Amino acid sequence: MSNTLKTQLAFSVIALLLVIIGLVQSWNVSLGILNLCLISAVMALGVNMQWGYAGLLNVGVMGFAALGGMSAVLVSQAPITEAWQASWGRLLFAALCFAVTIAASIVCYRKLAAGRKRNLALALVIIGGLALTRFFFDPAVTAIEAIEPAKTGFLGGMGLPIIFSWVFGGIVAAGIAWCIGKVALGLRADYLAIATLGISEIILAVLKNEDWLTRGVKNVTGLSRPVPYEIDLQTTTWFIDFMRWWHSGSLGVLNEAEQQLALKQFVIDGSSIFVKFCYTGLFAGVLVIVLLLSVKALNSPWGRMMRAIRDNEIAAGAMGKDVTRRHLEIFIIGSAVIGVAGAMLTTLDGQFTPTSYQPLRFTFLIWVMVIVGGSGNNMGSVLGGFLIWLVWIEAEPIGVWLMAFSTGWLDEGNAIRIHLIENAQHMRLFFMGLVLLLVLRFSPGGILPEVVRKQGS
Amino acid sequence: MEAITDFVSAIVLLLNFIVVPGLSYGSQLALGALGITLVFGILRFANFAHGDTMAFGTMMTILVTWWLQSKGVNLGPLPTALLALPAGIASTILLLVVTDRTVYRYYRHNKAVPVTFMIASMGVMFMTNGIVRFVIGPNDQRFLDGERFIVSARNFKSMTGLSEGLSIKVSQGLTIVVAIILVALLFWFLQKTRTGKAMRAYSDNEDLALLSGVDPDRVVLVTWIITAILATIAGTLYGLDKSFKPFTYLQLLLPMFAAAIVGGIGNPIGAIVGGYVIAFSEVMVTYAYKKVFIYLLPQSLEPQGLLQLLSTDYKFAVSFVILVLVLLVRPTGILKGKVL
Repeated sequence: MSNTLKTQLAFSVIALLLVIIGLVQSWNVSLGILNLCLISAVMALGVNMQWGYAGLLNVGVMGFAALGGMSAVLVSQAPITEAWQASWGRLLFAALCFAVTIAASIVCYRKLAAGRKRNLALALVIIGGLALTRFFFDPAVTAIEAIEPAKTGFLGGMGLPIIFSWVFGGIVAAGIAWCIGKVALGLRADYLAIATLGISEIILAVLKNEDWLTRGVKNVTGLSRPVPYEIDLQTTTWFIDFMRWWHSGSLGVLNEAEQQLALKQFVIDGSSIFVKFCYTGLFAGVLVIVLLLSVKALNSPWGRMMRAIRDNEIAAGAMGKDVTRRHLEIFIIGSAVIGVAGAMLTTLDGQFTPTSYQPLRFTFLIWVMVIVGGSGNNMGSVLGGFLIWLVWIEAEPIGVWLMAFSTGWLDEGNAIRIHLIENAQHMRLFFMGLVLLLVLRFSPGGILPEVVRKQGS
Repeated sequence: MEAITDFVSAIVLLLNFIVVPGLSYGSQLALGALGITLVFGILRFANFAHGDTMAFGTMMTILVTWWLQSKGVNLGPLPTALLALPAGIASTILLLVVTDRTVYRYYRHNKAVPVTFMIASMGVMFMTNGIVRFVIGPNDQRFLDGERFIVSARNFKSMTGLSEGLSIKVSQGLTIVVAIILVALLFWFLQKTRTGKAMRAYSDNEDLALLSGVDPDRVVLVTWIITAILATIAGTLYGLDKSFKPFTYLQLLLPMFAAAIVGGIGNPIGAIVGGYVIAFSEVMVTYAYKKVFIYLLPQSLEPQGLLQLLSTDYKFAVSFVILVLVLLVRPTGILKGKVL
């Protein structure tokens, strides 16, 4: 079967599944799943760039997604003027001290000859600089966190529309990726994996603890939205008229009083579907843009060079390709895409909760998507994102149903039966692992394997 | 006189909050890191499933402990979990041998690259984690019984008349004793027995070992068995000391990796050194030294803040920063890695 046909078939199956969910459960659920599928697909594309194009093993997806989430807060929340007033001077000094410390340690590292003297000087500069930074920084933090700690207690954001955070999230993730890449990209594949795993935990630790920046575990709720609110829609004339027109068939057969009641219900149901649909449009737009750019990039000379480096670093290096720089490049780009997806996710949730980021869900699940979908193939990653998210969500009700069905011969109050049904949701982890292992073993290229173009074809 | 008591109090304070917890946590990490380092030395991949292997072993031990407790069996002052350990170990060995047969063996025979093994181990991680959560649930489980303290803070105070207490929990003492015995046995095995020597030879130079008639399947089997023993015991000790929660065991993966790499991956002594280095730095960097300095310094110099370098939540960050430093400065680890 050709790859195009397979792609079309696979996406038709997904569409069919979503329609079935829409008919059996509800359109609300179906659209909700679709939205998260779209976000997962963007994330998977980011990982695919790093792993599929360049063979970089980034197991820190969670960290970059969380950075995207943070930027949603920093862009959309209104600035807390009192907090800024109480702390800007000290913050400025702290930032200055920090910058000087970094600059001084770089100078130390470059100018002094390697040896004990340099290590000592470096240690002194860093420790002294950090102590000085904290001297200004700590009181600033205390001042910020003292202002209405129950409601704000942080610096707030820029007060811009939240949609800008999708770009900003990408930029923040790219910046952090640059720092990480500088340090960690020289490592061997398995060390890099462990290093990125660690970095993502550090990023999360920072987001959980630096209350002045993100409110930490106190969470930021009620983020603004790029789409209308349901409650506003329900009182808007054009929307009610639209609903009347949409459901005119079923409304026509009712009498006046029933019509009013039914219309009200239609408007309430319709508004939440409409809002989800708006999100779908936005997310699909981002996905299409990222996908188009990735396909273009992969087929360009640059993409060819990346694959050459991935397949044989030494040979590519011998041909004069700057392996380190290219690796850094693709690491930054991939991380930026993950950051964008992270910002989109927080936008959809409407809140930023650092504790909700867990490596199984945000790192390893994305990896399953890329491997199962087909690493090195952009459409494959998108497919993996859709398919795995669908399975991940639907495995829960199906698992519970299966357990209830297969333990039907036990009586209602049986302890084993209750335990099995209660814990059935955790079987989806087991199932995910199984899918990953099966694909890895029997179809290592994934569902849509990478297309290797031969010369002259 | 008062200066001396103050000095002793400061020492006791450090013992109580840094040395004792550091030693026991370090021993737990060292046992975990030994498992990672063995798998790396023999099978040559970083095993992401190790944390969940620990969780699985601990879970089986807990289940048997509960069963024993319901039968009224106990070990007096010692936790019943010790009695349940062999059953936990046996089931973990079974788990690891089955995963090796069904998952890793195929890639080994096809000479797959280490990254493939690593991704496969992610799949195993998912599956094991699913099983653990399915059987015992995602919540905290306590299974400690018997005596709680070897030395309790109150007894210590009344014995010595100091204002600071020193408490040593049974689980902490047990951890250290068990770790010493296990490590001694492991080294005896690796240095003195035929199989142990075969393992070291295989780890050092696979082709040469095969030429000399070392049976690779046997070496791999023994490696998994030892890993299962170490993982189950490490997990159970950690569970006794703190508490058992599947998610925590997944998080332990990072400090264990750090310990293995910092010490020199593939080197068992390195894993032990690494375990203590990581544990002590985590404890020391996140401890608030205020009280220590109150004892040591004259009253006029009494410190204002908590004198805590980093808040406790940065524990993982500490292990990682050390990891990065070691990788940059001395990539082979403190002790040269790569050979058992």
